[in-house]
Amino acid sequence: MEPMTKSMQDYLNPRVRAIPPSGIRKFFDLVSGAKDIISLGVGEPDFATPWHVRDAAVVSLERGYTKYTPNAGIPELREEICRYLSESFRVAYDPDREVIVTIGGSEGIDLALRALINPGDEVLIPEPCYIPYNPITSISGGVPVPIETFAKDNFKLTAESLRARITPRSKVLVLCYPSNPTGGIMTYDDFLPIAKLVEEHDLLVISDEIYAELTYGKKHVSFASMPGMKDRTLLVSGFSKAFAMTGWRMGYICGHRELIAAMLKIHQYTVMCAPIMGQVAALEALQNGLEEKDRMMESYNQRRRLVVKGFRDIGLACHEPEGAFYAFPSIASTGFSSEEFAQRLVAEARVAAVPGDVFGLGGEGHIRCSYATSVAQLNEALERIGEFVRKVKGA
Amino acid sequence: MMELKLRILDLLKEDARTDAETVATMLGAAREDVEAAIAELEAEHVIVKYAAVINWAKVNESVTALIEVQITPERGRGFDAIAERIYLYPEVNSVFLMSGAYDLLVEVQGRSLQEVAAFVSNRLSPIDRVLSTKTHFILKKYKHDGIIFEDREEDRRMIISP
Repeated sequence: MEPMTKSMQDYLNPRVRAIPPSGIRKFFDLVSGAKDIISLGVGEPDFATPWHVRDAAVVSLERGYTKYTPNAGIPELREEICRYLSESFRVAYDPDREVIVTIGGSEGIDLALRALINPGDEVLIPEPCYIPYNPITSISGGVPVPIETFAKDNFKLTAESLRARITPRSKVLVLCYPSNPTGGIMTYDDFLPIAKLVEEHDLLVISDEIYAELTYGKKHVSFASMPGMKDRTLLVSGFSKAFAMTGWRMGYICGHRELIAAMLKIHQYTVMCAPIMGQVAALEALQNGLEEKDRMMESYNQRRRLVVKGFRDIGLACHEPEGAFYAFPSIASTGFSSEEFAQRLVAEARVAAVPGDVFGLGGEGHIRCSYATSVAQLNEALERIGEFVRKVKGA
Repeated sequence: MMELKLRILDLLKEDARTDAETVATMLGAAREDVEAAIAELEAEHVIVKYAAVINWAKVNESVTALIEVQITPERGRGFDAIAERIYLYPEVNSVFLMSGAYDLLVEVQGRSLQEVAAFVSNRLSPIDRVLSTKTHFILKKYKHDGIIFEDREEDRRMIISP
């Protein structure tokens, strides 16, 4: 047999090869061996999926619901999704032609970027943000254009900073509010000037609203519900956060029927359909799970107040997170970089939090702390962080 | 005030040791308001006691029985007088007045089957107006007052996820 003359790297798509290894993955490898860690690094609810939802899936398996479904998802689920979006966020979609049930919100993001991006198209991405937008844009041949957001603005996207990054190549704006990792939200008034720019520059918007249900005090505003924005917006969401269903991988994407039809082509050739047992569970969640969802929200809100106060008492500046289940305190006063702080926090205080720099521009100087963990654990973690911060500041 | 009280009770039923300051922070309320509300709840006997929920099966061999008791109500006092005669025994954990086929459901705890049986035959049955008793011994407690007793559903999440 002839030896291979090319290295495996040479076979790779250069766009894939060029993607740097995930910073969050690196940090995961670092902490995964550590013992007795309290983790505030988890990006998912601490609740198990409500029992009635799990039970519905179990019953569906017993009854033999084990087959393919229509590509876009079972019709009853699409109808419920549209009814839910209309009742909760005042945005109306046609269940037959304007929604696809996807494998998590993640697939929706991938479908949207792949369907829209031509090589060289610029994708505007406010950062710090959920990590995948940037690499998936690159894989699709697009050019990610990060826009830094700041703690002093509660990490909102401002019209000035958006305008400054728009070029003739700009095609898509990605929005993720409520925000992972900052907990920032956008109100109607915050969105108005953004919508105006989107119209002026003829952009499309991918609005990742996976944390839509998790806002505290102010009700979530869907970008698709802004005047004139429905046809320009692909709304990505799902069941992971609000219904504590991360492992089910159930999401959906809604938008203009021509865009949905194009994305459905990719979806049908890559995954065929979302798993049927997950779809049955999601249907149950929408039909009978709203009260349970509200109870979980109230519990997150209680813990949010506890954690924000905890960080401020420790002397770490912490803006008010108004959505999702993350606090994003500043650790700049300790003099460490995010990575250094997070690494020493694990080693010396046995608390894991995600260094903010992995979320892109504006993340440096912060750590992401999920408060979706028990009150007892949060209190213990705050105590350990407090002790650590006093120690390093005193040194 | 009533709404605040209900929210406080929801927190305390999960962890009675949560102090007023933490309750106030978690509910976004003023500490003085929370302290006043808790004081009122205690005075009104809405909060009756701050007790631990204990899985006794892990520390001793105690036996618990649920006893269906049929009684003849007393003129003027209904079931209350007889219920009181029963619940004053320290062996009795709880007493409920029930609708349906019997009148009182009495939970009795003892060190052994014999001890509970002796309580039923020597104390409970001889009471005037007790017509009959039916004793059901509890074999295993799965869940009590909303709390699951078995150690399960541990945190299976990865330490770090995006």
